[in-house]
Amino acid sequence: MDFSDGPGGRERAISRRRMLAGGALLGAVPVAVAAETLTGSGPPWAPNTAAYPQSADPAHRYDFFSGPEAAFIEAACARMIPKDDLGPGALEAGVPIFIDRQLAGDFGKAATWYMQGPWDAGLPTQGYQSRYTPAQMYRAAIAAVDKATQNASNNAFAGLSGEDQDAFLTRLASGDQQLEGVDAKAWFKLLLQNVMEGFFSDPIYGGNRDMAGWKLIGFPGARYDMTAYVKQYGKTYPLPPVGIGGRPAWSRS
Amino acid sequence: MAGAHPKVDVLIIGFGWTGAIMAQELTDAGLNVLAVERGDWMDTATDFSTSFAQDELRYYWRKELFQKPAHETLTIRNTASQTALPMRSLGSFLPGVGVGGAGLHWNGQVWRFLPTDFTARSHNLERYGKATVPDDMTIQDWGVTYAELEPHYDKFEYLCGVSGKAGNLSGAIQAGGDPFEGPRSREYPNPPLDMPYAPMLFAQAAASLGHHPFPHPAANMSRAYTNPLGVQLGPCTYCGYCEKYGCGNYAKSSAQTTILPVLMRKPNFTLKTGCEALKLNLAPDGKTVSSVSLIDADGQTWDQPADLVILSAYILHNVRLLLLSGVGKPYDPNTGQGVIGKNYAYQITSSVGFTFEDKILNPFIGAGALGMMMNDFNGDNFDHTGLGFIGGGYIGVLQTGARPIETFYNPSDLTTWGGDWKKKVARDYLKTFSVATHGAVMSHKGNYLDLDPTYRDVFGRPLMRMTFDYTDNEHKMSDYLTDRALEVAKAMNPRDITPHYRKGSWDVVPYQTTHNTGGAIMGTDPKSSALNKYLQMWDVANLFVMGATAFPQNAGYNPTGTVAALAYHAADAIKSQYLKAPGQPLMQA
Repeated sequence: MDFSDGPGGRERAISRRRMLAGGALLGAVPVAVAAETLTGSGPPWAPNTAAYPQSADPAHRYDFFSGPEAAFIEAACARMIPKDDLGPGALEAGVPIFIDRQLAGDFGKAATWYMQGPWDAGLPTQGYQSRYTPAQMYRAAIAAVDKATQNASNNAFAGLSGEDQDAFLTRLASGDQQLEGVDAKAWFKLLLQNVMEGFFSDPIYGGNRDMAGWKLIGFPGARYDMTAYVKQYGKTYPLPPVGIGGRPAWSRS
Repeated sequence: MAGAHPKVDVLIIGFGWTGAIMAQELTDAGLNVLAVERGDWMDTATDFSTSFAQDELRYYWRKELFQKPAHETLTIRNTASQTALPMRSLGSFLPGVGVGGAGLHWNGQVWRFLPTDFTARSHNLERYGKATVPDDMTIQDWGVTYAELEPHYDKFEYLCGVSGKAGNLSGAIQAGGDPFEGPRSREYPNPPLDMPYAPMLFAQAAASLGHHPFPHPAANMSRAYTNPLGVQLGPCTYCGYCEKYGCGNYAKSSAQTTILPVLMRKPNFTLKTGCEALKLNLAPDGKTVSSVSLIDADGQTWDQPADLVILSAYILHNVRLLLLSGVGKPYDPNTGQGVIGKNYAYQITSSVGFTFEDKILNPFIGAGALGMMMNDFNGDNFDHTGLGFIGGGYIGVLQTGARPIETFYNPSDLTTWGGDWKKKVARDYLKTFSVATHGAVMSHKGNYLDLDPTYRDVFGRPLMRMTFDYTDNEHKMSDYLTDRALEVAKAMNPRDITPHYRKGSWDVVPYQTTHNTGGAIMGTDPKSSALNKYLQMWDVANLFVMGATAFPQNAGYNPTGTVAALAYHAADAIKSQYLKAPGQPLMQA
């Protein structure tokens, strides 16, 4: 392509990322990138092509989760990182919305994963071997959780006491709680990863609202110059966290 | 499409560090060079600008800069008695994809191997006797010496502007550097980076125990630097998004920031991105590669003829392309015969976590190779008599930046949640770090690469199969290193210490290192090695195979410095010898 072509460059940057997901899903498009020939004439970059991520819209509710699924994920988030005197928990920080967006998108579709059979449970050292994508696994697992708690105590997970919810989650983590049709431990591993991602990733993805996760631990976020603080041994970093999209104070009137 | 693609002097397959180095060197020699890269063009301003580069979810957890298993992965198992299954998502290692390869998201840790690492077999046999090198430990000498590679290490360090302090200048030990390193001809081009608190506390404790800590040599700039090609790099800002990320500051060396601004202007160089090599086609006599079958993003395929072929993809892809092409004799673990796929090795790592009661460490400050290290227990720098293992590794505090998701989510520990966990991380995050160990992996008869009988890639070709586990040698060695790290951690007087020994079989899930090695190893004998000391295939004279693919076993250091030195060594031999008699072996078997 002609690298002096500015507007075309932006299309290139966007389309190649879209192609990545589509190609992987079809399993037939061999190379998920644009072919380009670069020779010694002019710079091999195009202006205005920076691939800046889009923010999740916080006003919008669930794209992926159904009502009962949302009840589960909100209840689980409230136990896994609870609200307390230190500040907001995962629920208040928008982690359910974060997970919802992830499951509705490329991550939920396992767009970049190898998802061809044959399928075998394998050994723990061989990693994720479920034929479910993450979205499919959540769907099956949450239904199986609610079925298990209904059978045991006539309540969906969200209707259990906090202590009972903790006990159930603990059994999932240890492998003591099986789920019908789903590898319970593999799913809990995924759930814990996604809860941590939602609490500590940049706020543009819908979680870590008001940088609650970063404020909790003292992480300064997307700052890019720490030079002046490298040798300030033992001193607390003085600036508040900032996200890729800036700080709320910068855009609130 | 025959005839539409005229023969080129040189075809380079894969365009990371070694592809760029070879392209730069061979275009300098006046050759017409075509490079193909299956991923995208990527550059600093477009793909990892400082306005959005600090994004842990996007770059690490969603793996934007890494190989996509949907396109190609491999199958894995610990022993030949198990059924290998696909690595469905990335974990233990993170091959790159696109221009710059894994050299884009690396840390910038630039090490030289020890002189004795290159003679691992003969040296250990001579010093410790036959009992220390069991029959199934298939370690070999490299066929190249440290002295031969020294000028090429030096060239790469100056290309990259490595920040560090020499410990051995032409045999004279230097205060403040690594006293165990091989002699170097001159000082590093840049002084060490500024050192944060945790590495300094480690260095004080290590020195108090009689060890020899020094600043990690870093391809992260401690100041603005103009390299010998005239390319300018900027000072590192210690942002903490280095390993697994592209550098938005032009402060981490990569093909993009050291070579491409010069190379891309040359009229005798062409790069095709989105273009993948499918097969090396041998000439009828089997002694040269006559062409390479390529496919572009539109699905068009053609055979590209070339006089000289440089295979410079990541080690796993190099080995797979050789196996798929039927070039070289595949290794058979039962007989020990054959060379392609032989001596796959890796790295063994462990750590010791520590938390202070009151010391604020600001662990989010970081750079890829920022730390204080010690090599007192690396290679054969210590007496192994009676220890029951050979080899070693470095120990140190490497402050790459404690990004929170990576800090708090550990797939091997599913208890890290709940109210008590929240209180703990709020109290301890700023006061916690860890001592890391980074150990060698010796090659072993049962650790190898071949083609999987079941699983296929998007083109319908077999995936490669990795059969690998740590042996007794690695576990004993890693436990020994972890014990030493624990001693240093204790000497730092923290409130809590948590050792993480590497137990059990190799596990594909948690990230360890992207230091896969071997599979088409170099050596002195075509019966036991695929490549001669110039990385030329013994029996296919116009094919040179780059990368850690050539390592007969792995050392206790990060591989990139040695990978680059071997590339420069090969380029020198091509320019000074091979081009005078093209198509001929540089060494006789």
